[in-house]
Amino acid sequence: MSVKKELLVRPIEHGTVIDHINAGQALNVIRIIGIAGSTGSVVSIAMNVASKEMELKDIVKIEGRELDSKQLDKISLISPDATINIIRNYDVISKYNVELPEEITGIVRCNNPDCITNSDEPVASSFTVTKKPVILRCKYCDHIISEEIAEQLI
Amino acid sequence: MFQSLNHVISMKDFTREMIDEVLELAEKLEPFARGKPCRMLEDKLLALLFYEPSTRTRLSFDAAIKRLGGSSIDFGMVEASSVSKGETLADTIRVVSEYADAIVLRHPKEGAARMASDYSSVPVINAGDGGGHHPTQTLLDLYTIKRESKLEEIDIALVGDLRYGRTVHSFAYALSLYGVNIYLVSPPQLQMPQHIKSDLVHRGITIRETNSIEDVLGKIDVLYMTRIQKERFAEQSEYLAVAGSYRLGSEMLYSARENLIIMHPLPRVNEIDASVDATSHACYFKQSFYGVPTRMAVLVKLLGGNV
Repeated sequence: MSVKKELLVRPIEHGTVIDHINAGQALNVIRIIGIAGSTGSVVSIAMNVASKEMELKDIVKIEGRELDSKQLDKISLISPDATINIIRNYDVISKYNVELPEEITGIVRCNNPDCITNSDEPVASSFTVTKKPVILRCKYCDHIISEEIAEQLI
Repeated sequence: MFQSLNHVISMKDFTREMIDEVLELAEKLEPFARGKPCRMLEDKLLALLFYEPSTRTRLSFDAAIKRLGGSSIDFGMVEASSVSKGETLADTIRVVSEYADAIVLRHPKEGAARMASDYSSVPVINAGDGGGHHPTQTLLDLYTIKRESKLEEIDIALVGDLRYGRTVHSFAYALSLYGVNIYLVSPPQLQMPQHIKSDLVHRGITIRETNSIEDVLGKIDVLYMTRIQKERFAEQSEYLAVAGSYRLGSEMLYSARENLIIMHPLPRVNEIDASVDATSHACYFKQSFYGVPTRMAVLVKLLGGNV
């Protein structure tokens, strides 16, 4: 399946297409990538698009941008089925799934206000990750985060 | 030494074999806990870092290291230490771990002990981290049951605040390693969280829930009472009503099994009437004493020493 055919919006020449984002999470993905109004790149967002695999999905396309591993980890937490397509000269030169890590450090805030990671101590938050559904368990206070993970992203 | 444990942070780090090892060692150490001279850890220094008030835990750790021939240091009141100047726990731990052979830590933040273990060059023992874990309490509770009743195939009732009391949760997990039947006795608003109950059932033990102590009194070998805290209730009147119905008096014990033991981590407020103290069922003061041999066993496991 070619990306050109799949997308509702104009293809990009160079950049990244993030497909199979959980419906409703596209704006969080934009936030993760750090795109603001002043970014300057061409950014297209499609939300609630019909999908064979997942009923509804979101898609984000960014011109001239590739993602780093921290951003990929964050996306995997809110959309574990997301696929990343790297585009060069309008062609998909590489396509892969995001991979949910078994442990994450420093990318999600613990939502337990009494957790030691929410104090002045020099310690980064750290969670073990279970899949399907995504559940994060704080390494320090054992608190569980299973909903609205996007709200806790650092 | 524990096979795979350098610190004592959470009961989740313990296998049944490791718990059994501690309990067996505690039994061997009991004569020394009662005063028989012992020099097993005579060259060892234990740091007691208590960021929150504690009577039993602090004194019993202090007693434990001294009964083993070792000694202890502490920073006294938090107000008199560098903590009041804003020093982080991480820095305090790095400094103190160079002074002492092991650190006992009580701290108001959940996960504080786990973090301390990241920074410490010596073993850290969690003596309570906020609403989090308090593993040596669980170990001494298990030891009390082993000594005063038996640990396997018993019926035990956990009574009181089963929702917020995380110590009760880790106690229940530990009990599940011993195949016991558990009765959960609590007011509806303080019931054990569903995910913990499911976990326990998944581990193959039977759980029954009720809101009345009297329902279970004739069916159990161990009655484990806990405190119901005022701050869990929005209304004072609601608290008083609930606290009143979870008060154990000696007149309620007519249906109890002869060998029933009654436990409580103490301090009690009014959950157990003083009239119960004189009955053969009362076990909470012995339980308090058992904190000493149990903590001695933990110290010997972590610091070596020939038994």
